[in-house]
Amino acid sequence: MKTICFYFQIHQPYRLKRYRFFNIGRDHYYYDDYSNEDIIQQIAARSFIPANRMLLDLINAYKGKFKFALSVSGVALDQMEIYTPEVIDGLKELSRTGAVEFLAETYSHSLSSLIDPIEFQSQVQQQTQKIKLLFDQEPKVLRNTEMIYSDDIAEMAYNMGYTKMISEGAKVILSWRSPNYVYKSENQPNMKLLLRNSQFSDDISLRFSDYTWKEYPLTAEKYISWIAATSPQEEVFNIFMNYETFGNLQPSHSGIFEFMKALPKFAFDRGIEFSTPSQIMDTHKPVGTVSVPLPISWSDEERDLSRWLGNKLQKSAFNTLYEVSERVRLANDRRLKKDWQYLQSSDHFYYMSTKHFYDGSMHSKFSPYQSPYDAFNNYMNVLSDFIDRVKAQFPDSVDNEELNSLLTTIHNQEREIKKLQSELKKVLTENEEKLVEKTSRK
Amino acid sequence: MRALMLGWEFPPHILGGLGTASYGLTKGMAKQEDMEILFVIPKPWGDEDQSFLKIIGCNNTPIVWRDVSWETAKERLEKYMNPEEYFWMRDNIYADFNYMTTNDLGCLEFSGRYPNNILEETNNYSIVTGVIARTYKYDIIHAHDWLTYSSGLHAKSVSGKPLVIHVHATEFDRSRGKPNPIVYGIEKNGMDHCDHIICVSNLTRKTVIENYNQPEWKVSTVHNAVEPLSPEIEAIERISGVKEKVITFLGRITMQKGPEFFVDAATQVLKRTKHIRFVMAGSGDMMNQMIRLVADRGIADRFHFTGFLRGEQVYEMLKSSDVYVMPSVSEPFGISPLEAMQCNVPSIISYQSGCAEILNNVIKTNYWDVDAMADAMYSICTYPGMAEFLKEEGKREVDNIVWEDAGKKVRAIYDSLV
Repeated sequence: MKTICFYFQIHQPYRLKRYRFFNIGRDHYYYDDYSNEDIIQQIAARSFIPANRMLLDLINAYKGKFKFALSVSGVALDQMEIYTPEVIDGLKELSRTGAVEFLAETYSHSLSSLIDPIEFQSQVQQQTQKIKLLFDQEPKVLRNTEMIYSDDIAEMAYNMGYTKMISEGAKVILSWRSPNYVYKSENQPNMKLLLRNSQFSDDISLRFSDYTWKEYPLTAEKYISWIAATSPQEEVFNIFMNYETFGNLQPSHSGIFEFMKALPKFAFDRGIEFSTPSQIMDTHKPVGTVSVPLPISWSDEERDLSRWLGNKLQKSAFNTLYEVSERVRLANDRRLKKDWQYLQSSDHFYYMSTKHFYDGSMHSKFSPYQSPYDAFNNYMNVLSDFIDRVKAQFPDSVDNEELNSLLTTIHNQEREIKKLQSELKKVLTENEEKLVEKTSRK
Repeated sequence: MRALMLGWEFPPHILGGLGTASYGLTKGMAKQEDMEILFVIPKPWGDEDQSFLKIIGCNNTPIVWRDVSWETAKERLEKYMNPEEYFWMRDNIYADFNYMTTNDLGCLEFSGRYPNNILEETNNYSIVTGVIARTYKYDIIHAHDWLTYSSGLHAKSVSGKPLVIHVHATEFDRSRGKPNPIVYGIEKNGMDHCDHIICVSNLTRKTVIENYNQPEWKVSTVHNAVEPLSPEIEAIERISGVKEKVITFLGRITMQKGPEFFVDAATQVLKRTKHIRFVMAGSGDMMNQMIRLVADRGIADRFHFTGFLRGEQVYEMLKSSDVYVMPSVSEPFGISPLEAMQCNVPSIISYQSGCAEILNNVIKTNYWDVDAMADAMYSICTYPGMAEFLKEEGKREVDNIVWEDAGKKVRAIYDSLV
């Protein structure tokens, strides 16, 4: 039985305001509130709200047989709580139907899995807590930022208690094999994997309104017939995309909503089902192993990390950021910790990409900066201020290890004092009792 | 294909970018096998590199018939050209110029610079061009900048060959939008009557189309390029007298180059950090004003003036810099950032510079956006990742910008006209 696994991703970063070097040390608020509010409200109106409604209608119309998975980064949720709470309400409604599975990811949509395992683990925890709080679900499937995956990450995820992940069906790891099966990791055989079918996914998310595409216009009937025409052994179709495909990346006048509304009917007519990732990985056995020594992602032709960490600017900013991670974890300042989350978003590094100079693609329309250098400058200025604040938490002369033990001592001291106090109390009362006894005996 | 080029400067004795561009372009074009170039300049010094073209000096071209012996001609002119050509040219004197002040060879004197009586000198250049145009055979005429436009038209009327004019700068760039009407008139006349206009950037092309009312089809852009550094220049070492980072402005200190924005940006940077020094290299009519401005801002202890730099000194200065800044208000092309990049120096340029159209690995700001410029300066000096990236990628990028490609584009324009 063939089954379609839809997964949609929601993320919006906290864009930084224009932060000149004069601001360093004077101004500790880094975000461009105006454009963050403006952008998320526009996207909510064009995409998230109508998409929520459409998907809810579909779930109700097919009585829960239409299913899909979602993940929403913590930074996006933070913004929606402030600017567009109605989107969160819509997502809550979807969650209550039981037909929507929320996946785990990093809170900041960060690249921490590549450099800092402790940070990675803590971010996934923060994210799952937030999901639990808002949507009352405990994510079982892990989806790393931008589908970044490697053998090492699989191992880390397994140690964190995950046995299911989703990633990209990149040519480099599958070669001749089809993504339409369940796989498992080679070095961690308990880790099951669902890999994105890039062709079927991009047909919707990239090519749907492309007039020059020879299959234009794409109808639900045609799309389902392609899936039905695959060999009978291929049972799992992983269609993973950005949630903004509905209404933003593909504008509503392109007919994307109508396409999606019609899709389940044609699928059920041809005997094709819908499932969520954990259902599939619970019911299907892996057909083979994949080995991924170097990290892959779902971006660009190369499906690698070059969009975020391709040039020296990006690498130097990235390394500078994570140099302070240990110190930040030792700190207690809430605002500092929030900034730490927001500064880690992969988007900041994406804006510094210079790939478009060479591959001819235009500079990202998502970038708020005029050039990658601008992006780097601004980010580094903010980061300099942030690092100064981190260093101001504790004296610079104490190294991390020493600091850690000192903090533990301080922390334990309190407990110790409490313990001693209660002991003292006990002794005192005992003495008193004895005294009372003595006097009464007298 | 033989081209008669009319220019004003040619290395090694140059005063500005025009000479460098003329040299690079002709050298790049000479790589085409069937290309021959005759290059007219007002006053050759005799030490020009004539291996790939032939130079004709206006001050060696007779306009009045004088009875000169072969020996005299040989003695006086051998350094510059084949003496025989003097006599060929003498046979082509086309009018009676006895009323003009000529020397014993019947030639006019030229300064070869930009003197106060520049209009007179361009007029004389045109008279001389009449003789040259009648003497030599060529398929096309190519005039560089307004100084030679009238001469180009003169040559065109004599020979009937097509005229291409090459706009390295317009009067609008030089005067920040308040053009001298006489110069504007000469430029407009040249553009109206030539067959094609080549501009060094799209910025200049836009100016030509909008401010000189030229039809779009008649105007093309051929971006300048840069000559590879010679081994002697490559070998120049950084002179590091100071520990601090050095940020350099290098160019004529005139209104067009926006020196005051550099001073303002420097003031901003020095408010925050004292570990950076600023250098303003070059001379110009705004130099004294800039010195006063620096003193006024109270940054004179960190801000240095070098005066005019020549030849190798330019490269010594560049190689000792950590950042090169060109805040030009209106720069038709601007070759110096490319030279800085060749020396591994990260550059900050204004969007109002033509070279910004072809360079990726530089930081671009608006010339008036002093905050952004200061921010970029600070960033390159503070974040090693940025400086490293711009050095390496910038060098790689500029090494691929060669005159040969520009030469091919010019050739294609010739071919379409002949």
